[in-house]
Amino acid sequence: MSRLKSVIRTPVGLTATILTVGVLLLAVVAPILWSDDADAIDTANILAGPSADHWAGTDNLGRDIFFRTLVATRLSVELALAATAIAVVIGLLLGTASFVLGRRSGRLVNAGVNIAVAFPGMLLALFFAVVFGVGATGAVFAIGLAGAPAMGRLTRTLVASVSSRDFVDAARVAGVGRVRILFRHVLPNISEPLVVNATIGAGGALLSFAGLSFLGLGVQQPSYDWGRLLFDGIGSIYVNPAAALAPGLAVVVAGLAFNLFGESVAKVLGVGVVAGIQLPSSAPAVETTSPVDVAHHDADDIVLDVRDLEVTFPGPAGPIRPVRGVSFAVRRGEAVGVVGESGSGKSLTALAVSRLVGDPGRVDASRLELLGHDLRAADSKALRKLLGTSLAMVFQDPMTSFNPTKRMGGQLAEVARHHQGMDRRSALARAVDRMRAVRITDPEHRAHQYPHEFSGGMRQRAMIGMGLMGSPALIVADEPTTALDVTVQQQVLDLLASIRAADDVALVLISHDVAVVGQVCDRVLVMYAGKIVEDLPAADLAATARHPYTRALVAAVPDMHTDLDRPLAVIPGRPVDPADVPSGCAYAARCPLATDRCRTQEPPLETDSAGRRVACWHAGEPLPIEILDRELAEVDTQ
Amino acid sequence: MALANSAVVATPRVGRLGSHAWLRFGVRRLGRLLVSLWVLITASFLMIHLIPGDPVRAALGPTAPAALVAAKREEMGLDDPILVQYWHYLQGLFTGDLGTSMISQLPVSDVISQRLPATLALALLAFVFAVVVAVPLGVTMGVLTRRGHGRRTELAFTTSSVVLGIIPDFVIAVVLVYVFGVSLEWLPVAGNDTPSAYVLPVLALAIGPAAILSRIIRVEMVSVLDADFVRTARAKRLPKRTIYLGHALPNALTASLTIGGLILSAMVAGTVLVENVFAWPGLGSTIVSSILNKDYQVVQAIVLVYGVGVLLVNTLVDVALALLDPRSMIRED
Repeated sequence: MSRLKSVIRTPVGLTATILTVGVLLLAVVAPILWSDDADAIDTANILAGPSADHWAGTDNLGRDIFFRTLVATRLSVELALAATAIAVVIGLLLGTASFVLGRRSGRLVNAGVNIAVAFPGMLLALFFAVVFGVGATGAVFAIGLAGAPAMGRLTRTLVASVSSRDFVDAARVAGVGRVRILFRHVLPNISEPLVVNATIGAGGALLSFAGLSFLGLGVQQPSYDWGRLLFDGIGSIYVNPAAALAPGLAVVVAGLAFNLFGESVAKVLGVGVVAGIQLPSSAPAVETTSPVDVAHHDADDIVLDVRDLEVTFPGPAGPIRPVRGVSFAVRRGEAVGVVGESGSGKSLTALAVSRLVGDPGRVDASRLELLGHDLRAADSKALRKLLGTSLAMVFQDPMTSFNPTKRMGGQLAEVARHHQGMDRRSALARAVDRMRAVRITDPEHRAHQYPHEFSGGMRQRAMIGMGLMGSPALIVADEPTTALDVTVQQQVLDLLASIRAADDVALVLISHDVAVVGQVCDRVLVMYAGKIVEDLPAADLAATARHPYTRALVAAVPDMHTDLDRPLAVIPGRPVDPADVPSGCAYAARCPLATDRCRTQEPPLETDSAGRRVACWHAGEPLPIEILDRELAEVDTQ
Repeated sequence: MALANSAVVATPRVGRLGSHAWLRFGVRRLGRLLVSLWVLITASFLMIHLIPGDPVRAALGPTAPAALVAAKREEMGLDDPILVQYWHYLQGLFTGDLGTSMISQLPVSDVISQRLPATLALALLAFVFAVVVAVPLGVTMGVLTRRGHGRRTELAFTTSSVVLGIIPDFVIAVVLVYVFGVSLEWLPVAGNDTPSAYVLPVLALAIGPAAILSRIIRVEMVSVLDADFVRTARAKRLPKRTIYLGHALPNALTASLTIGGLILSAMVAGTVLVENVFAWPGLGSTIVSSILNKDYQVVQAIVLVYGVGVLLVNTLVDVALALLDPRSMIRED
């Protein structure tokens, strides 16, 4: 009942429901109310056009077209429903055949259904109309049988989806017969989609029936359905067009009603009720930006310079800002890791510095420069060339990051063709060369293959090779190893490291894995709730990280010294929802050191004398667990 | 060491698999075509035998002398054992002998060759028109309405394309006849004598499929534009045109092609109704008059021709799909 309500809630669903109910109501009452009007012969008004007496004019016996169209509703709907019933019954028999008869005997039925489904319904209907003979009864069987294969295939798919479920297996193990399982367990579970599709099918049957009657193969005089009225009306279209248009309109309205009603119900059943999106907090985010101290670096050495980076998305109730003021710089050849939980804004930061934040996101920054070029500038060919050749991107999932319809070589070569003006042949040669550079064996051959012929690790290497088509100064790698097998992960990381060493390429490595970042990077930026909370040398991660969040991340990674008798450390609570960032320190709710000050006042990101940055009121203070450890150690020694 | 080895060994094997896949695909697809063809031929043969009563008596009418009916049955071989008849039917098909019309006494093959070109022209023109309209429209709408852009445009487009897609072609035909033939008197509404006579039938046949196809292409475009590989293309800083047409469109088309094939084969059957509205001298008007006249030999042959047309369309679609997206060869069950 609540589902019906959610159907009515959408404008389309409401319209469809009203129309369907209206058509069904008309089918019941129209012949009772207006049969006499529809059959009344008015010889004074033969083939008259629309008038006050006859809204849609009259036919060749002077009968009122408007009333005839209304009265024809019953026969049209009845015949469509009868045909649908036949289609459903035979479809059920065909679709459950392989379940009841077993796979081997069912296969023949399935093959037949597959072949029949390939033919359009109208063609099947014509075939059966010949076999069953011209007339309403023949047409019902013809349209019913024509709809059966499609219904059969649907049933088969549905049965297959249910028959592998546990409760069916359980019944089977318990020795329940197949037919009994079918009726007790399978059919009740597929009845909803079946009914929905039958409703849509009824719309189709109604239209098909109108088609057969319109060809003169369906309903015969003196009976009449909409198709028959249309058939009669088209002959006199020059005299009274309404005689053809009125039943035509009726067919369309009824067909639409059944179709849309079915679709609306399907949508509700399939998707369920979607919960409303959470509202963002009313408290405005506190903006504290601290200047990055880059003075002691040589400015020419800076590859990427980011100040006060913000990424904003429009939300249902005001803008949502997943990146809230991030500042950092990357020097030539430097490897900077960005770590944080999902939702911390690390990937969006990577996309923003690469100018890849798509609509409807907005990127703001007080400075955003790659090799001294302002990335906030409007799109231009020069900027595209700079980004296309100097910035290499490596994405998380190599399986989906290549175009499945294009050969690998061509996908690499594209870069050289567009940005370096190479012709097809030399671009492809460069692509092969680059594939060799990333240690893809037999690159000449591989270049002619499609992505699906590459393994995951090989694709990720090809992706890196694609970045090397130009002469990159910076590689931005967003979780490059997350989707890969553990054995392949190391290969990819080694490859990145060797490229960096060979060409002095800077690397921004986004990862949720502190261990990976600690291994590959020189420096680590820790992000939480869209901000950098700590910036420190990778070597200091394990021993001298000061932010409680960083320390929690490090503690969560098991290593050789982890005490296996104790549960692995986890960070309690959940990451912050970007639409609802609390005031004060965003980490306060999960932090063992949090005090009242943390909950009200946001700690600024402060730089110490060594150039390390941290945003925490209690930076470096011992955590309770460490105090516990110390106490335990003391107990041990006693 | 083990890794390096396996990579070296794997390369040539994968290479052979590549051509293997095409061969396997070709053999399997051809096999399916032949089986379907056999089912179709058998069904068309059985059609005459499934009709209750005597088809010859039905065709010649209740007043025809018994001797004439018997002679006709004899001539058609209807009194032979059914397997013999089946054999003769197959032989006839291979030699192009489709029998003789019981009404006009003309060879059925002549009727087909006279009528087929008009139907073919109608179907092909309508298909081309539908594709030429639907692809640019769908792509444009996809780009305009991606990621929740242009909500109103999307609503207007989706609503109108759903409605247009559901209206059956013969009703569209009637409306077109009324508007452009009866009211405006711009275009002829019958026959195929002049080029302008093609306009309305082609429109009637193409509008619905174009609406459905463009809607599917839009949906596919919207989802493809969100795909990772489009982000990769953007990361390569390719021009927008290349991203939309070179990267997104082929992928949107592969998904649309399967449904496009269904639409196209439905179009083959749709010609029957549209031809009858416009008195188009094709197979569609012939099959209906033959059914009403109980000229079953002609009906049988036309059903066969339509069926073969549908099978060819389906095969072509599968081949196009394999060319566009080689993975589909493997995916196929």
